[in-house]
Amino acid sequence: MARVKEVGSNTPQKRLLRFSVTTLIVVLCLIMLLPFIWMIGASLKQEADVMKKGISWFPNYWYPKNYLRVLGFEGSVDYHFIEGYLNSIKVSVLSAVVAAASSCMAGYAFAKLKFRGSNALFILYLSQMMIPSQLTLIPRFVIFSEIGLVNTHWALILPKMIAVSATFMMRQAFMGTSNELREAAQIDGSGEFRIFLQIMVPIIQPTVAAVFTTQFISAWNSYLDPLIFINRTELYTLPLVLNNFVNMEGTQYGLLMAACCLATVPVFIVFLCGQKFFMKGLTVGAVKG
Amino acid sequence: MTKTNQKNRLTSIRKKKKKEERMAFAFLFPSLAGLILLSLIPTLISLYISLTDWVYTDGLWNWNFVGLKNFIDLWSDGWFQKSLWNTIIFTIVTVPAGIFLSLVIATLIDSFCGERSSGVIRIALYMPHVCNIVATSTIWKTLYSSYGPVTNLMRSLGWSNPPKFLANYTWALPAVMLVVIWAKIGYQVFLYGAAMQSLPSELYECASLDGANGIQKFRRLTIPLLANTTFYMTVTGIISSFQVFGYVNVMTGGGPKDSTYVLVYYIYKLAFQYRRTGYASAVAVILFLVLLVVTIIQYIHNNKINRD
Repeated sequence: MARVKEVGSNTPQKRLLRFSVTTLIVVLCLIMLLPFIWMIGASLKQEADVMKKGISWFPNYWYPKNYLRVLGFEGSVDYHFIEGYLNSIKVSVLSAVVAAASSCMAGYAFAKLKFRGSNALFILYLSQMMIPSQLTLIPRFVIFSEIGLVNTHWALILPKMIAVSATFMMRQAFMGTSNELREAAQIDGSGEFRIFLQIMVPIIQPTVAAVFTTQFISAWNSYLDPLIFINRTELYTLPLVLNNFVNMEGTQYGLLMAACCLATVPVFIVFLCGQKFFMKGLTVGAVKG
Repeated sequence: MTKTNQKNRLTSIRKKKKKEERMAFAFLFPSLAGLILLSLIPTLISLYISLTDWVYTDGLWNWNFVGLKNFIDLWSDGWFQKSLWNTIIFTIVTVPAGIFLSLVIATLIDSFCGERSSGVIRIALYMPHVCNIVATSTIWKTLYSSYGPVTNLMRSLGWSNPPKFLANYTWALPAVMLVVIWAKIGYQVFLYGAAMQSLPSELYECASLDGANGIQKFRRLTIPLLANTTFYMTVTGIISSFQVFGYVNVMTGGGPKDSTYVLVYYIYKLAFQYRRTGYASAVAVILFLVLLVVTIIQYIHNNKINRD
């Protein structure tokens, strides 16, 4: 950003150029957001007004009934929308917790503890990065249905125990911490778990937060796994509720847009509130240089 | 120091070592259990059942070894060929297009917008990436419908009889690809933006003193300096576009006919609708092999960087 401030950057031409490029970018952003803006407009329209010739952005009069129907306050069908929200929050939080905890512990073991075969084991971990989750999907389905985990949220949460890239990030973070701290605590007679929880984890907190965030987002958006492991309506996560909704109300576009709106806008708001935090989390471990 | 004392110390060190080893396995236990039970064993099972003609409804251990028959059948399976071909087209179009657009946008933002406005713009571009695939796909499905805004826009641009994009054999795949490019661009702009922050500004100052203009600086400085980021994004882009599923499943369901069949969608169909588990695993193994090659290329490239 400082790169703009070059020689003669305040001549009228340069300022004009800058202004026009900024306008161009703003227009581009608007184009990116247009689908969402149209969604909000359409969700407040009556069905007959949604699909017409010519593009209209906003309704002539507000029609909030779509929202009430989606949430099940009006109309005869219960779409389990609120339940879906709660299920999604539950599954995403637990997935992120499980992934962060297990990768944090494994990362600590790899970075700080000496044990036989640690190198070989680490290579085994890294090799798992190459395996696409679709390859293990069928056997996972077979295993889960054998032990009765299909149609429970555990089928979505337990696979998060193995988060290889998260383990890798945690290991890197722990390797950057000083050994003296750990030795000092050992001399004071602290046990390994206490050192881990009270000294080491607080030091690498940013990495933990980053892992938590990325895992949360990926669990929140996960679609294929729930589609296969969950087929009871009351256990549906949000993507499945929406999917079901689309199948049931295929061409009721106003209603569909209200559902999409309810599924996305709260997420936007959370994202906007925590964007500094999220964006920092996303850069850790993503790219260097 | 007496001999016994020394011996005691040695045993205590050995004990400590043993203790540390036990501790390490306690720390590793949850993720190791996950690794073995939910990744390693399933991979081996998958590799094995891809060599059987197992149909899920036959029951669990009814695995009939048929050797490479599934792979030979795949060779002449029209649906598989179409899925593979679509996936390849999908990758060839969306990955470079996404990278090119995001590089240009990120450069424009970086060199023309102030700190504040660039933050706002990045967030706006990022929005599609945070909301779930089913919601974005549904929105676009509506936009593409016969009186939806996209189709209406085409009409007002003078296309008298635009097709139903998602229900048209030639248009369905490009329509889906456009949505995927749109959905991913914010994330890519964000990554490029982060990488640009760490570029040395002295180089740019020197270049402008030597009279280089913006386009020259972009071609001679920005592109080469960001080569590693571009490489990283190409690799992750290829991997994720070979795994595309949600957009296709919601927007087109593979259709019309086979026009938007992609590999993962075909695996899903075979395994969970036709219950041809063995055959589906064979497709999954092919997907795995393709991604393995990509990962190995990445590995070799990374090693080269680290050596330099």
